[in-house]
Amino acid sequence: MNLRLFAATAALALTAATGFARAEGELNIYTWGNYTSPEVIKKFEDKYQVKVTITDYDSNETALAKVRQGGSGFDIAVPSQTHLPIWIKEGLLLETNPGGMENAKNISPDWANPEFDPGRKYSVPWAWGTVGIVVNTNTYKGDINTWGLVFNTPDELKGKINVVPEMKDVMTAAIRYVGGEQCTADKEVLKKVRDLLVAAKPNWIAMEYSAIDKMKAGDFQASTTWNGAGLRIRLARPEVHFAYPKEGFTYWSDNVVVLKDAKNVENAKLFQNFIMDPEIAAQLSAYHRYANGIAGSEKFMPADMRDAPEIIIPEASKPHGTMAMMCAAETDAIYTKIWTELQK
Amino acid sequence: MATAEEVAKAAERRDVRDRWLLSAPALLVILLAATGPLLIVVVYSFLAPGAYGDVKWQFSSDAWTSVFLERDIFDDTLSLAAAHVTIFWRSIKLAGVTTLATLALGFPTAYFMATRSEKTRDLWLFLITIPFWTNLLIRTFAVLQIIRNEGIINTILLKLGIVSAPVQILYTDTAILIGMAYVYLPLMVLPIYASMEKLDFRLVEAGYDLYATRFRVLWRIIFPLVKPGVIAGSILVFIPALGAYVTPSILGGGKNMMLSNLIELQFGQGRNWPLGSALSITVMIIVMVALLAYVRNASKSGVRHG
Repeated sequence: MNLRLFAATAALALTAATGFARAEGELNIYTWGNYTSPEVIKKFEDKYQVKVTITDYDSNETALAKVRQGGSGFDIAVPSQTHLPIWIKEGLLLETNPGGMENAKNISPDWANPEFDPGRKYSVPWAWGTVGIVVNTNTYKGDINTWGLVFNTPDELKGKINVVPEMKDVMTAAIRYVGGEQCTADKEVLKKVRDLLVAAKPNWIAMEYSAIDKMKAGDFQASTTWNGAGLRIRLARPEVHFAYPKEGFTYWSDNVVVLKDAKNVENAKLFQNFIMDPEIAAQLSAYHRYANGIAGSEKFMPADMRDAPEIIIPEASKPHGTMAMMCAAETDAIYTKIWTELQK
Repeated sequence: MATAEEVAKAAERRDVRDRWLLSAPALLVILLAATGPLLIVVVYSFLAPGAYGDVKWQFSSDAWTSVFLERDIFDDTLSLAAAHVTIFWRSIKLAGVTTLATLALGFPTAYFMATRSEKTRDLWLFLITIPFWTNLLIRTFAVLQIIRNEGIINTILLKLGIVSAPVQILYTDTAILIGMAYVYLPLMVLPIYASMEKLDFRLVEAGYDLYATRFRVLWRIIFPLVKPGVIAGSILVFIPALGAYVTPSILGGGKNMMLSNLIELQFGQGRNWPLGSALSITVMIIVMVALLAYVRNASKSGVRHG
């Protein structure tokens, strides 16, 4: 992370240095790494004669901290739904009202009026997905749609399952597994969660992010992960399936917003409208490998995504999903303590 | 009229003043660059955490209290922060073991290099510095490729029929140690080699002439003379190893936190910047105390046979 942080800082310094020469026809995008289709950017640049610069971040916390300091020089950011309400509440965003833009009619009804941005006053859907488990079905033959693989690991997967160290995701999964609701502060439930996690950890091989590479290489036989990662792994190893745990999996959604201190507001708005075009949205999906929330993009999607079970959630699993949300600060403080105890 | 002595004194004073004036800008930059960020960290450690990261500008000693003490989340009792102690101890232990491992590997290497002919020495020195040409992350990933389940070692062992299933090296403490020793070895070899190169090998010969055993020569002649190099190497390895982040995470699998992970957690998902700041300063204090103790100890026992 230090290295990535350094890279981000260096990139930021470069942006700042070239800032003096900023003319019309620029757009500075601040987004997650390996997330933005270069072809789409090229198309946008050609269509509107705009020079686009992309800077990466690696977590919502990093992005929020940097933009909050002011003077970041970015026009556009792509926060997750958990953090988006904070950006709005702290007045970091420009109310561009994408809901009223020309291409807004393309937003799928499921995503037209989300809880994290009622009426789409600030944000445009970029990608959405789920958090679940990938399992090598040659190694484990049983039912994979359960968090039991992680918290009550079957013998076949002992010492072979990885848990991605996203505190919020792991805590939510464990809370669901013991029958609680996300963001609960109920001590009884949390005690069960703590005991469950501490007892489960010896069965895990690792807690790291690189699930795609390690699943492909066979270092892991199972791992918690995001659905797009599940798709990438299955395309390399067909025996690996993505599971939607029946105790409750979570949805997430990243959204394109314009910063209040943006220098290139018009270009940023054009970009928001541009990516709601079904064909463009499909191209974005083809690159980042997640669904996009734009209706009509299905027919432009690459063949291997059109009916992929990682992207199209099976009807039977749909009722088990809920949108992940931000917890109260005090609740998160308790979770951090449990997390520290888990990883000590 | 001023005597020659007064003129000389005045010239000297002017000289001293000029030196200070000329170096003032550089000193100022160093002072600000070194202490400025550190001061911010100190100040932050005495503030309250903001709800979503950042700090609230109100005084609070909570961060410092929670470095050492923790309130149990379930029965509300106050006790020693066992989790923090465990994590600190793990990092210190790893740094210590890494220092010993690199010393065990680095000392003979440096001796080997120093005893080659003048011409080939440069070649060996060159070989030792090659790993520095690439980034730490890449070197760590290289180790990963070698020890992973479908990696070089396991493939060879399986092909030769020595083992029937891959040996699990990755994600063990052994993996972390292999990686750390590999990454930090040059930092140990170079200072020892620098001392060793200056060693007068006639002293070694004299030792043998006086019927000293090989071990005695090593322990009573060579070691005391290259001790400054050993000390410098140990410091150079120990300090970065204490804050090692990349290597333990990649090769150890991140199941058990290191100090650096704990600090990162507070600035990231934990959203408790004051605690992160307080932990960072605690690490600095530990390093400083350890260094002072080490250097004082090392210089006290000194060189007896110089």
